[in-house]
Amino acid sequence: MAIKLKVRGVSFNYGSRPALKNITLSINEGEVVSLVGPNGSGKTTLIKCINKVLKPKQGTILIKGRDIKKIKLKGLSRLLGYVPQSAAHFFPSTVFDTVLLGRKPYVNWRISPRDKETVSQILSLMGLEGMALRQFNELSGGERQKALIARALAQEPQVLLFDEPTSNLDLRHQLEVLGIVKSAVKKKEIVAIMAMHDLNLASRFSDKIIFLCKGKIHDIGEPRRVLTRENIRRVYGVDVIISKNLGNPHIIPIAPTAAEE
Amino acid sequence: MKNQVVKIKTNNLPCSELYSRFTARKALFMLACLVLLGISALVATSLGGADLSIKDVVYTVIAKIFPFSNVKISSIASVIVWHLRLPRIVMGIIAGAGLAIAGAVMQGVLRNPLVSPFTVGVSSGATLGASIAMILGFSLVGSETYIVIANAFLFAMGTTFLILGIGRLRGITPESFILVGISLMYFFGAITGFLQYIATEGELAEVIHWTFGTLTGSNWKNILIVLIIILTCFPFLIRYSWDLNAMASGGDEVATTLGVNCGRVRIVCMVLSALITASIICFTGIIGFICLVAPHITRLIIGGDHRFLLPCSGIIGAILLLIADTIGRTIISPIIIPVGIVISFIGAPFFFYLLMTRRRQYWQ
Repeated sequence: MAIKLKVRGVSFNYGSRPALKNITLSINEGEVVSLVGPNGSGKTTLIKCINKVLKPKQGTILIKGRDIKKIKLKGLSRLLGYVPQSAAHFFPSTVFDTVLLGRKPYVNWRISPRDKETVSQILSLMGLEGMALRQFNELSGGERQKALIARALAQEPQVLLFDEPTSNLDLRHQLEVLGIVKSAVKKKEIVAIMAMHDLNLASRFSDKIIFLCKGKIHDIGEPRRVLTRENIRRVYGVDVIISKNLGNPHIIPIAPTAAEE
Repeated sequence: MKNQVVKIKTNNLPCSELYSRFTARKALFMLACLVLLGISALVATSLGGADLSIKDVVYTVIAKIFPFSNVKISSIASVIVWHLRLPRIVMGIIAGAGLAIAGAVMQGVLRNPLVSPFTVGVSSGATLGASIAMILGFSLVGSETYIVIANAFLFAMGTTFLILGIGRLRGITPESFILVGISLMYFFGAITGFLQYIATEGELAEVIHWTFGTLTGSNWKNILIVLIIILTCFPFLIRYSWDLNAMASGGDEVATTLGVNCGRVRIVCMVLSALITASIICFTGIIGFICLVAPHITRLIIGGDHRFLLPCSGIIGAILLLIADTIGRTIISPIIIPVGIVISFIGAPFFFYLLMTRRRQYWQ
């Protein structure tokens, strides 16, 4: 399998406080990868380095072998789609207009029938075709999240980045959204990287899990291998019981461990 | 209501087709507004001290544009139309359009519904410049007759660059520009206040009058200057429509990942909209409310897509200012109420009406 995304020796500081220390990882095409770790462990920072919102102090990030430092913003927006948390928009816009923004990397000013067609198809894929002309701000949290994923897919990217895609969603939408992400990744042979808090959802939908702890990679691998009592205890400071659920590790938290260090 | 209609249609049409109709409706609305503007201009030209019918106005305009047509008009009508009424009306249209566009751009680029060139301090710079010229008789450039205009313009632009310069130190975010703009507004307000305090009664009256904002004294030369500036800036702004859409809906982080260089777009748009504003208010004085309210009215009617919002705000701003000025100069004629006063007086209730009757989640 071909390597889609490579992060090599990336470090980042907020002022003098290090947030990422020498992160190295590579992700193959067709993989859904979850970034897990406690608050402040560097999940969001890593995502912001990959989407070039932040500039790493050291190291390089390669998408399909190309250094993102050397790619202009417009070029990068064709390779990389970012899905933020589903906050309301500042000014009114319809769902169709929101998703159409995903075609911005390809349009100068006029939108072509192909752009509209692409948006139309993606809206159907997401089950949003019935609300194409509704106001984005009128949608529920789950529908908004779907619309934002639709926008990222409209960019036809190689890499999808998610900042806690399930944090505001109800049970049904959590499963739907992650199911859509997984099938899109497999079908288009792209990659998805998601900052996640819910370890059980990460376990169920990821091909690979990256444990981040204090800006460093603590462990990386298949859910079955890395979701262990020991790892979770070390990274989160929580005692857990691991059971099995549909063949994946299922985590049942017990209690915070007694303070150490 | 509207949503229900959309839902019913959805069953038999693909989204792309629905969207095409949706944008066609906006274009149609814009066209209708343009027609309304034309009619308003004709009616406004016929109203005033000397009695002219709309027919007189049409003939006078035709006679001037096509000198060899056989339309018979009186020379008095020609003078009234071309020298007294039209300069004022055309200036009103251009000023309304320019201020509304500048407001729409600034609101989008700073992502804040309360922002306009006036709330971020551009106008307070202009007022300070005008006050210095009127009270101290001092100007950076310009001869006797033009010192107020030149000073107002230069101070407005100077303020803009000061806002951008100081704001940049803190990062090119909307918050830094807004905060710096508001502080400068108070700072300049203090200096202007001090100047007014030491001014003679005559000078004070002159300054206060200037801040009311009026179209009296418009002439074709001023119109040409403003028109050239707007026509130069507008294509650049409309080219940024998509960038503005991305920044206004998603925020800088999302806009960046959609390929928008947010810092550059923000600075260019601020400079261009300030340039438009400065070029207008240096001739008219402070006409404030229009650039806040015209974009909002437009958003309420056709939504926030800047491809349509910018031109349509311009047209609606022009209509509003034209109507306001016509009311101001006819209602207790021969006394002319400055348009800056009238626009706030009739604009605010109209805006409330729209805000209350349009049931959709507007801004957050």
